[in-house]
Amino acid sequence: MTNVTEDYIDASGGDWDEVIAKAQSSGAERLVVNMGPQHPSTHGVLRLILTLDGETCTEARVGIGYLHTGIEKNMEFRTWTQGTTFVTRMDYLTPIFNEVAYCLAVERLLDITDRIPERANVIRVLMMELNRMSSHFVAMATFGMELGATTVMTSGFREREMVLDIFELITGLRMNHAYIRPGGVAQDLPDGAVEKIRELLKEMPKRITQMRKLLDASPLYLARTRDVAHLDLAGCMALGVTGPMLRASGLAWDLRKAKPYCGYENYEFDIPVSDGGDVYARYRVRMAELEQSLRIVEQCLDRLRPGPIMVDDAKIGWPARLELGGDGLGNSPEHIAHIMGGSMEALIHHFKLVTEGFRVPAGQAYAAVESAKGELGCHAVSDGGTRPYRVHFRDPSFNHLQSVAAMCEGGTVADVIAAVASIDPVMGGVDR
Amino acid sequence: MSLNGNGGQGHDVERREEEADLPARAGEERLNAPVARTGMFGAKTTGDTSGYGRLLVRKTPRASSKRPFTDPDDPRTASFDGVADALERALGRDGAPGTRAVERVVVDRGEITFHVRREHLREVARMLRDDPDLRFELCTGVSGVHYPDDTGRELHAVYHLRSLTHNNEIRVETACPDADPHIPSVVSVYPANDWHEREAWDFFGIVFDGHPSLTRIEMPDDWHGHPQRKDYPLGGIPVEYRGATIPPPDERRSYQ
Repeated sequence: MTNVTEDYIDASGGDWDEVIAKAQSSGAERLVVNMGPQHPSTHGVLRLILTLDGETCTEARVGIGYLHTGIEKNMEFRTWTQGTTFVTRMDYLTPIFNEVAYCLAVERLLDITDRIPERANVIRVLMMELNRMSSHFVAMATFGMELGATTVMTSGFREREMVLDIFELITGLRMNHAYIRPGGVAQDLPDGAVEKIRELLKEMPKRITQMRKLLDASPLYLARTRDVAHLDLAGCMALGVTGPMLRASGLAWDLRKAKPYCGYENYEFDIPVSDGGDVYARYRVRMAELEQSLRIVEQCLDRLRPGPIMVDDAKIGWPARLELGGDGLGNSPEHIAHIMGGSMEALIHHFKLVTEGFRVPAGQAYAAVESAKGELGCHAVSDGGTRPYRVHFRDPSFNHLQSVAAMCEGGTVADVIAAVASIDPVMGGVDR
Repeated sequence: MSLNGNGGQGHDVERREEEADLPARAGEERLNAPVARTGMFGAKTTGDTSGYGRLLVRKTPRASSKRPFTDPDDPRTASFDGVADALERALGRDGAPGTRAVERVVVDRGEITFHVRREHLREVARMLRDDPDLRFELCTGVSGVHYPDDTGRELHAVYHLRSLTHNNEIRVETACPDADPHIPSVVSVYPANDWHEREAWDFFGIVFDGHPSLTRIEMPDDWHGHPQRKDYPLGGIPVEYRGATIPPPDERRSYQ
């Protein structure tokens, strides 16, 4: 519906010819316009309702919910283990973080946090840091694309592909892995994984330097990002902003250091901080985090010792050992031979654990991880059954999108794009 | 009065461990607890031929912990007594609602939960944020939980607070009855809770009084009902096979 009053033109919907006719006949300067939900620069289906006065954005409102899939509700009808296949699809650029946050909450409910084997924890950290890199590369790539720097886009996605190749080798899938499971990880690192990660460690610093050369001091990039979408520390704290955005406002807050999980206290790394508070500072923080992630991945490889990858509790850890066969990933042939030909009890145990799942003592737990985007929290409630009673995710992007108004109002339309890109929102996680 | 919980119906987590050598008494208490559900496979409409039809699953007792909250053997609980003391001091000041505002405290699995009466939620939140010994600057949103069996307190709102200054984590929980689903909004204290409260309204129907614009956020504006409530009717899949239809997931036979 086109609605023209004396002081603004509503272009948020309706017949375009009418909107233009009204705009031409009216003297109003104010224009209400929809950016998205289908817009290449809104990272999926984000709808921005902007009130424009000429080039200036005087009001920015955010509409979400276009990608709501009811993941939290769905999980209430699946076993605790099956939950990982849902959470991995929330923020699809940080699947490993979603899985780890969920599994840490379940493990806390089961009170087995201290019994997770060392190797499983090292693999989790390794996968999380690789995932942080792939997520940051997409953040940089899409940002470049939105500012018209397609070279950044292609090289960002190329670098990410190196990480995804490793994910594919280890988990079988490029995305949506369901690799981290309550109690450990789904399967051990396959042959050749460590070598492939070492290759990445050798190659990646060069690629990061290349990207830095493209962006760090490019006058065009600086003009679009410096002093744009400024959010100072007080604003970040009021809006509950965490992650690279908070660190770009000068506070060295990182859950990996503050509340270490999965053994992060054993790794040496720095928290990159910048006090710019603008889009450029957020870019610099993400770039520096890439380098820190490489450091952690290297330490993970040194810490890898042979050992179990699943908690030593037959009631929780799946009895099957997955193995890659000629026809893809599946139960290992030895395990099949054991349950089908050797032991009736093992077959019953396998059947019960896979179909019924394990029971989780009643209670609630909250586990938070430092995802690539900020604090990703999982609140899990159990009523003592084999399925979650309630699982809630505090997705950082959901929280951070609230800051769009604070960052954009008073700036130009072009800066809205930069502001949203610097939040790095993923609507799958926002809407869940 | 101190933050010691309601005593009467509560069970001290730590004392329960001491009394573990009294299984007969514990068993008797358990047998007197109300029944949460019967059977094992969720079959309610047809005859349960599984043999588990008469199985009774009893409700877990409402937990309440007693001092000390800090367990010297559990480093995760190290700060709990300090936080409870500071909150008690703040609540006891002139003009403050007093320690009655906190109904009970639960320490479980290395996490502390303050059950706050809903009428005092906003004052307690402000204290938790502003008191120099508490300084819970970050509220990571609100998570609604629906307990249809918890008569008179069916809807729970769970807040996780984090102090960056003291590096502490606590949980604040408040409840309201289904018949009067009102909880004060804490947006004036934690502006970041704006969207989180809208989400809890959208999915659970909790009305946050004082919220600047409590509208649906994930579901379409004209949607009816609140989908994450336990009593929300789930659609079945309209698949028919020789006359039989597939029931909605909460009516299917499945392990529980």
